[in-house]
Amino acid sequence: MREAYLRYVAVAVALLCLVSLPVWIGNAYYINIASQILLFAVFALALNVLVGYGGLVSLGHAGLFAIAGYAGALMLQAGHGHLVSDLAAIAVTLAASAVFAVLALRSTGIGFLMITLALGQIVWGVAYRWASLTNGDNGINVNSRPAPFGLSLAGAEAFYFASLIVFLLAVVTMVLFVRSPFGASLRGTRDQARRMTALGYNVWLIRFLAFLFSGFWSGVAGLLFIYYNQFVSPQVAALQASAEVLLMVISGGTATLLGPIAGAAIVVVMKNVVSAYIVRWNLVLGVIFIAIITFMPEGLVPGSVRLWRLGWGALRTRASVPSLRVQGDGAP
Amino acid sequence: MTALAVKGLCKSFGGLRVTAEVNLAVEPGERRLIIGPNGAGKTTLFNLITGEIAPDSGSVLLFDRDITRVPCHRRAHLGMARTYQIITLFPRDTILRNALLALLGLSGLRWDPLRDLDQERELVERAGAALARVGLDHIGHRLLSETSYGERRRVEIAMALAQAPKVLLLDEPFAGLSIDERGDVQRLLQTIPRDVTIVMIEHNMDVALDFAERITLLHFGEVVVEGTRAEVVADPRTREVYLGH
Repeated sequence: MREAYLRYVAVAVALLCLVSLPVWIGNAYYINIASQILLFAVFALALNVLVGYGGLVSLGHAGLFAIAGYAGALMLQAGHGHLVSDLAAIAVTLAASAVFAVLALRSTGIGFLMITLALGQIVWGVAYRWASLTNGDNGINVNSRPAPFGLSLAGAEAFYFASLIVFLLAVVTMVLFVRSPFGASLRGTRDQARRMTALGYNVWLIRFLAFLFSGFWSGVAGLLFIYYNQFVSPQVAALQASAEVLLMVISGGTATLLGPIAGAAIVVVMKNVVSAYIVRWNLVLGVIFIAIITFMPEGLVPGSVRLWRLGWGALRTRASVPSLRVQGDGAP
Repeated sequence: MTALAVKGLCKSFGGLRVTAEVNLAVEPGERRLIIGPNGAGKTTLFNLITGEIAPDSGSVLLFDRDITRVPCHRRAHLGMARTYQIITLFPRDTILRNALLALLGLSGLRWDPLRDLDQERELVERAGAALARVGLDHIGHRLLSETSYGERRRVEIAMALAQAPKVLLLDEPFAGLSIDERGDVQRLLQTIPRDVTIVMIEHNMDVALDFAERITLLHFGEVVVEGTRAEVVADPRTREVYLGH
């Protein structure tokens, strides 16, 4: 039970760090970056449902993220309240996810990737060219942040805590999902779709529902994003945005809980912090990705765990009398 | 009543007729063996029966119910289970989890996104019992990728049996096994009660012939001979198909 105990301690420490972050960071600029990491972590966790647990690599998720953003911004522009706008945005995103899913799930693998890519590009095209609706390249301003229960989210600190709550909710649903029978069903369809069908699972429907789940959290992340930036433009739906979130998932480690969060942190920090010191920050990001793929092809989080155990094991065997390798206690 | 019936089943892949007017009637509790040289269309016939591929014409009946248009995943719920010639299991999961997935497939729980699967005592216990039936319960915690080929064959059978099927389709259950392992699987198949109807494809005559009551010989997608074990073995056409003279 030592491992379970350590896990509780780690979770408690992580929570404490996150909750106290504004105190020890102090600076509003960095608090904002922390908010960005959290919102992109929600987005990456959403994509990880499909990429990691479903084995379905989507290159069009920025489209769903953007649909939520645009729907929310347009509703707010039309004079609706925050709650109504947000709920409408989520509903629109779920509907769009259903359409995406029906079209893309005709295929898996490269076919799935290409269809999602095309769908994402369509969303980008609409955002860019349908100027009478989306205001084209000029984008749409979001004039205010919501004030749930009378608490204004206008300040960096308040917005950080709101993001943190949403992020924690996303993490909790992911934990529940992963260990649930439905999560096991989805992973089964990733590993042996044919066998799952023969065992009585409706593979298509499982993937469809997973797509909706992924679309839901992508939409929530999209709403957080427009409230954070108070602005939405076609860039949000661009292919680069889809590729970036996919990189977050893959570099951090697919089918893990911490992987997408770590990936989001790396990309956001590179974009915002390192870019202030190094003009060619994209180059640095590229080098980091290559290093991750070379030394930890399974992703940063599982790779670090592997290297840690390797190093720890080497230390232990060197310290003690050479003995037969004791069987490990299994993967985390 | 027949447990499994196939009527006038046809399937072509392009110009190649892999199943040609196949008729089959398997009685409840029967042990049927399907033999034929490589490429005779045995596995395709299984795929048509389980619904993994759709026939061009003809019908499949399960206990006199026409299931030709019933999707593959529903057929499992109607009491049909199969194993694969090429092992298709879940390598990243433990043996126990593999068996658990077989049980979950027929349980309404499989849609549940909130419960903890590992805490579903009853299901986990039944999965353990399914493994005990094939003598693997002591290594249930082992990852499938760390098991031997013979053990995987037994996991395949355990998963099919865990679903308590009425009709069990076994696609070359002895393929690639050592003589000892073959004996294990053979004894295992003999323990399956008579309320399960079994249709088996097998190349390995010495083990398969013992098991079968009736034999169907397929060649180029057609049923060439069908009858009792003695009839088929004695039939000159069997010799012709297998020995070419």
